[in-house]
Amino acid sequence: MEEKTLYTITIFSENTVGVLNQITTIFTRRQLNIETLSVSPSAIKGIHKFTITTFSDSEEDMIKLVRQIDKRVDIIKAYYNINEDLIHQELALYKLATEKVLEHGSIEYLVRKYNIRILEVSKDCVVFLKAGHYAETQALFEELSQQIGVLQFIRSGRIAITKAKVERLSDMLASREERYKKLEITDN
Amino acid sequence: MKENNAEIPIIQGSEALIRSLLNEGVDTIFGYPGGAIMPVFDALYDHKNEIRHILVRHEQGAVHAAQGYARVSRKVGVALVTSGPGATNAVTGITDAMMDSTPLVVISGQVSSNLLGSDAFQEADVIGITQPITKWAYQIRRVEDIPWAVSRAFYIASTGRPGPVVLDIAKDAQNNKCPYSYSKTEFLRSYDPYPEVEMDYIKEAASIINQAKKPLALVGQGVILGKAEKELISFLEKADIPFGSTILGLSAVPSDHLLNCGMLGMHGNVAPNIKTNECDVLIAIGMRFDDRVTGDLKTYAKQAKVIHFDIDKAEIDKNVKTTVRVLGDAKITLPLVTDLIDKNSHSAWIDEFKPLKQKEVDCIINNELYPDEGEIHMGEVINKVTEATQNKAVCVTDVGQQQMMATRYFKFTQSRSMVTSGGLGTMGFGLPAGIGAKYGAPDRTVCIFVGDGGLQMTIQELGTIMEYGINVKIIVLNNNFLGMVRQWQELFYDERYSETHMKNPDFVKIADAYNIKGRKVVDRADLDEAISEMLSYDGAYLLEVVVETKGMVYPMVPAGSSVTNIILGNGYKL
Repeated sequence: MEEKTLYTITIFSENTVGVLNQITTIFTRRQLNIETLSVSPSAIKGIHKFTITTFSDSEEDMIKLVRQIDKRVDIIKAYYNINEDLIHQELALYKLATEKVLEHGSIEYLVRKYNIRILEVSKDCVVFLKAGHYAETQALFEELSQQIGVLQFIRSGRIAITKAKVERLSDMLASREERYKKLEITDN
Repeated sequence: MKENNAEIPIIQGSEALIRSLLNEGVDTIFGYPGGAIMPVFDALYDHKNEIRHILVRHEQGAVHAAQGYARVSRKVGVALVTSGPGATNAVTGITDAMMDSTPLVVISGQVSSNLLGSDAFQEADVIGITQPITKWAYQIRRVEDIPWAVSRAFYIASTGRPGPVVLDIAKDAQNNKCPYSYSKTEFLRSYDPYPEVEMDYIKEAASIINQAKKPLALVGQGVILGKAEKELISFLEKADIPFGSTILGLSAVPSDHLLNCGMLGMHGNVAPNIKTNECDVLIAIGMRFDDRVTGDLKTYAKQAKVIHFDIDKAEIDKNVKTTVRVLGDAKITLPLVTDLIDKNSHSAWIDEFKPLKQKEVDCIINNELYPDEGEIHMGEVINKVTEATQNKAVCVTDVGQQQMMATRYFKFTQSRSMVTSGGLGTMGFGLPAGIGAKYGAPDRTVCIFVGDGGLQMTIQELGTIMEYGINVKIIVLNNNFLGMVRQWQELFYDERYSETHMKNPDFVKIADAYNIKGRKVVDRADLDEAISEMLSYDGAYLLEVVVETKGMVYPMVPAGSSVTNIILGNGYKL
């Protein structure tokens, strides 16, 4: 088996009903599993940003995927990156029984080692937060499971920002609009 | 209140929809009423003089008719259906239009917005169903969204690579009132239908073409959709490039043009298929390298540099890796390339096509078109019909053997003369698409070729033909079989004819019941006279021709095989 690469697909879209459906249909048709998904309003009002990760053994397939997504009328721009192009991050929350945490004895060591933030402590439970790459949040999960036991665990989809200098979306939209103002559509 | 506001009328949503359609120049709608679209049909009642509504007999027929209309007329086809089953019946036609890039606006009624999502009577998730098979699908829940949604729908359907758009209108949006004003959409920030011309690639393409010794062009429907027929001919003639057409590219250039080498693909002509794997430069123009054209991609044109002209970026490198892409509207990009290429002659290369063409004439065409004895052949009928119309008719086909025979043997003198279901291969397309084609080109003769199987998939549209007196010529090529499947069973399934024989009704009697003139021909001796009677008859005419059951469409490139692996049939070898 060829080694698969994790690709991050970033999509800017109009904030209309059903955009996610349009995007996932294209993943389904190309038989790609979505590993993680994160959606939020972007810096530009009315434009939403999707960050999706998926494994593939072919960069060509990623080019085709992105073009087919980009082609949808409600999609403004779609592109793909590999991990090396990106600063990326996930969030994880871990719920532990307070009683077990107190019994553990060296919580400070764990907190320092994993850079854990403690969000909540109550009579029943303690909630940890860790931000990081998948491997980091996973390592903490495994260590906590072994040593304390995890009552609940949740990890967010990836969010990412490119390292390279890229054209800003607002500039791209402005130049597109300028181009269409000049365009004379002739019909013979 | 400001003065100019006083001039803005306050009208009902259904009326706003009709006025919006009028603003888009719509004068013909194919549709079928039902509960959730009744307000729109009620509004239509007041606009009978401006908009002609054709009441079809099934919603699938409405969409196919709108497709036929759009394909011959350059206009956007419009279909109007009700919610639930009305909309789901339209799905096949919408998918067909998506595959074949046909500009359509399909308007479906929907339950009232307060009932949405509650499994209300005749509710279906039309947007969810149609999103993957449309260029754009939008649900209108508020009356004030009607004008802009219609405006966007027409803009999206007709620009860039055209396609179908669905507008799903909740019943309360049709009934409520709001101020009405209309403006045409000319720009959407998320949509780039006229991609920027890439001059570097244009120059590179021209340079490759100038160096070519054995260029071959592949002409697709993009040329017709882009209204670039003249620009194409100037390009081909200046560089002296022979070309083959895809099924939907047929009629872009007249059949008798000296550079026209026929059709590509599975049942295409021998020469352009063989030469695809011998040319040094392959120039694809507005086509998408469908598997029925390319066969096995691993052996397809590997020796050639590939230049791909297309308006849809997602088609570039999708199936065939290109050397240079020319992104954009062919009407703009072709002349830019033509300006940069040298006037050239490739007569030695073009001469190489001739022996292959002769071989096909000797081994296949002569026997198919001019048999001396035995049962009537499909190709023979098609050839006689095209000759009897001086190759000026619009050819509409269904799907299957008659389709392949029609695309092989019908001849064209003007563009937009072939209406067929290329990508989806929808049986039942022919009869309703022919109705639409007649409305789209009322001054032209419309010949519909349909098999006994396909006819019965949408035979109810004979009712539409009867009611409106639509002058179409229906040629039923009856072999009492699902012929194309039978052909595959003979070739690839050890002659095990599983479920392909059909016991058929008397088609002429059915036509008669619909008050459509009909005639059945069994003997070759009657054929010419019957065709002549059909064409000279003033009105719809159904001509049933009983053709040989064992007829085969050759040549044939088996599915998934190399384009040079061509079966000629009857023991002939290349």
